[in-house]
Amino acid sequence: MTQLLEVRSLDKRFGGLHVTRNVSFSLAEGERLALIGPNGAGKTTLVNQISGVLRPDSGAIHLRGENVTRQHQAGRVRAGLARTFQITTLAPHFPVQRQIELALFERERLTWRAWRGIDSYPALQAEAQELLARFGLRRHAATPTQDLAYGEQRLVEMALALALRPQVLLLDEPMAGVPKGDGARLLAALDALPRELGVLIVEHDMELVFRFATRILVLAEGAVLADGTPEQIRRDPKVRAAYLGN
Amino acid sequence: MNTMTLLRARLQKPDASAPRCAPPSRAPLVALVIGLVACTLLPQHASLLTRVFITALLVLSLDLAVGVAGLATLGHAALFGVGAYAAGIFALKVMPDPLVGLGIGVAAGALLAFASGAFLLRYQGFTFLMLTVAVAQIVLSLAQKARDWTGGDDGLSGFTVRPLLGRFVFDLEGRVAALYALAVLVIALYLLRRLVDSPFGLAVRGIHENRARMAALGTPVYARLLVLYTVAGAVAGAAGALSAQTTAVVGLDSLSFALSAEALVMLILGGAGRLTGALVGATVFTLLHHTAASINPYHWLFVVGILLMLVVLVPPAKAWAWLRSRVGAGS
Amino acid sequence: MSTLANILIDGIAYGMVLFVIAIGLSVTLGLMRFVNLSHGAFAMVGGYCAALLTREAQWSFWVAVPVAILATALLGAVLEVLVLRHLYRRKELDQVLFTIGLSFLLIAGTNALVGPQVQLIPLPSALAGSVDLGFRTLPAQRLLVIGAGLAVAAVAAWTVTRTRFGIWLRAAVDHAGTASALGIPIRTVQCASFAAGAALAGFGGILGAELMPLEPYYALKYLVLVLVVVAVGGMGSITGSLCAAVLLGVIETASKYLASDWGSLFFFLAMAALLAWRPDGLLKR
Repeated sequence: MTQLLEVRSLDKRFGGLHVTRNVSFSLAEGERLALIGPNGAGKTTLVNQISGVLRPDSGAIHLRGENVTRQHQAGRVRAGLARTFQITTLAPHFPVQRQIELALFERERLTWRAWRGIDSYPALQAEAQELLARFGLRRHAATPTQDLAYGEQRLVEMALALALRPQVLLLDEPMAGVPKGDGARLLAALDALPRELGVLIVEHDMELVFRFATRILVLAEGAVLADGTPEQIRRDPKVRAAYLGN
Repeated sequence: MNTMTLLRARLQKPDASAPRCAPPSRAPLVALVIGLVACTLLPQHASLLTRVFITALLVLSLDLAVGVAGLATLGHAALFGVGAYAAGIFALKVMPDPLVGLGIGVAAGALLAFASGAFLLRYQGFTFLMLTVAVAQIVLSLAQKARDWTGGDDGLSGFTVRPLLGRFVFDLEGRVAALYALAVLVIALYLLRRLVDSPFGLAVRGIHENRARMAALGTPVYARLLVLYTVAGAVAGAAGALSAQTTAVVGLDSLSFALSAEALVMLILGGAGRLTGALVGATVFTLLHHTAASINPYHWLFVVGILLMLVVLVPPAKAWAWLRSRVGAGS
Repeated sequence: MSTLANILIDGIAYGMVLFVIAIGLSVTLGLMRFVNLSHGAFAMVGGYCAALLTREAQWSFWVAVPVAILATALLGAVLEVLVLRHLYRRKELDQVLFTIGLSFLLIAGTNALVGPQVQLIPLPSALAGSVDLGFRTLPAQRLLVIGAGLAVAAVAAWTVTRTRFGIWLRAAVDHAGTASALGIPIRTVQCASFAAGAALAGFGGILGAELMPLEPYYALKYLVLVLVVVAVGGMGSITGSLCAAVLLGVIETASKYLASDWGSLFFFLAMAALLAWRPDGLLKR
């Protein structure tokens, strides 16, 4: 089984701060890998390096066998990677449907076209509406994204990532800031993710992690502390000491 | 089926909640009608109307950069000026045909925009803004130095323009010039409406609203912005060429910081981002300037200063909404 | 050789004038995130007050100048409290539009009150002559300008880093809400900083009256130069503005002496190169 994502000896410093220490791991098809660790462990920095927002100082990143370490974000999206952001990153004044359509236009590589109007692509519009329906956002199609409830904005984040039909999905704290009660739709969306997708999810909610993940990677002070099944992690004394407390 | 049911069926849109764009020909047609009416009713003001149309075209091109793409620039006059000088020099030294000259102006504006944009678009925000000022001032200094080509401080003059399409002579009253400028404006507006509402336009607007999001969707951000900036340069160059051809003179003020700043003021006044605001702002400002120009120039500044401050303190959109709610409540 | 010395002296003096005017704008832009394009008008007002007080009211130069600076500070404070503070939350383009409108108003007002002619500030005899430094004789006016610039830089740096007001200012900038909750008087800090910036601009207008003639369009004419200094030096950086101003002042003076038909080409080429090399400011990485 080919590894969808391979990270080898990734290393990065911010001046005197060693934020990523020789991190290596891989993600296979269908795996649900949860990345956990105390605050400041470098989880988002790691995700940023994998998605191309940051350049590592050394090490390599392979997407489906292709070396993408030198590539910009656009190249990695082409290679099958998609991500969501910890802090909701949407075009604030775009109606939700337009935001989704934009993702679809990018996926189909149509954004160089400058003549036909966006309303004359009925297939893409239908796909956008279907995606909205799947996430229960159909009635908000014309609402500017900034006017949505926070939990619904998080859903749009996830919908955008899925619209790109990726092979590898990076979820950076999808439940961040969502009150306990409102998370049901998000959890349902997580459960409904395509089986073949390889998912790397950064999360603090341990209940969610142990329910969702097939494997857990523990990061502390920039380095991999442990890598194993949820059961192994639960019993690992190092992890308990550094993170889980008791 | 009776008429009411038929009517209701016609009026019911397939999906009332989905966002839809306005048809691209609506705004240009409205502009064309208004322009033609103005030209017919006020033939004695033809040269003023020509100035309005040309200024509107310049501010339209600025809206593309600032309002649509979010590239706040104070150096847009450079793109206008090179179009003007290119058209003027072409008419003087090569051939005085207006449409070919227009094409030359467009090409000059596009070329400068492409070359400077390749450098400028590596930067953002305040740095980008100040670098646009630098580029424009450098172009101005070069134009000042190249007296043999541009006439330096005295300006470029002495060129004439052949009859448009071989038949329409540019008359002294300026009627042909006004219709010529209006035609170019309307065509440009149509092309830009299509551009803004196309997938390309949507991507550029997305870059304006949230660059990080677009990068995460796989958009080649730099490439898209460069193409857009080049198009904006082409339109500005067209405006410059029109200015040269209709006034038969090109001065260094067409490259000045004052022109860039004025265009920006007109754009913000009319409302940036939807293209029509550019036309409104340019028209209102130019007409105001004209009526106040005969009086002391300083008093004009007084009026405009107060107007700008008022527009910011009481945004027209809010004022309209308040007015509408009052009138609605009354009836 | 003497041309080089002249270029340096004139250039550094010019740079000091730009620095003193720019520092207030750098603070408002960098620390308060407020785009104030009417900043040039403060320099103009300061210069005009000094000119009118010395020439029309026959006051002594040494009295007129501090009064002019105080008047400018007062104008800045009044504007900040009555009008400008309501714009802090508005979009940048709105701030641009408003402050340009304000500049137009001040230009028109200046012309209405005083007329369009250039205003000269007659220097007292002490400053009109030259000073013998031993190795060179320098015009006293140039020495005053350079000395004043250095003094302003020193006082500003000391205020921001060593005084309680400086701490308040930096806290207010970083997070106004938290600072206010901690008991820091935000409104006062903002108003005082703005007034200080206006006062310094007024001082700069007085110092530079010879190099940058005082007439009603002054408010917008030299704004670009000031913005350039702020951009190259880095928003909010006092030492950065000083270095940028002196460097650019010398380059502009040198090009005036040596290549006058090229206009301001070298100034803007240097500016573009410096900004491209250090986009966030000379001293920031």
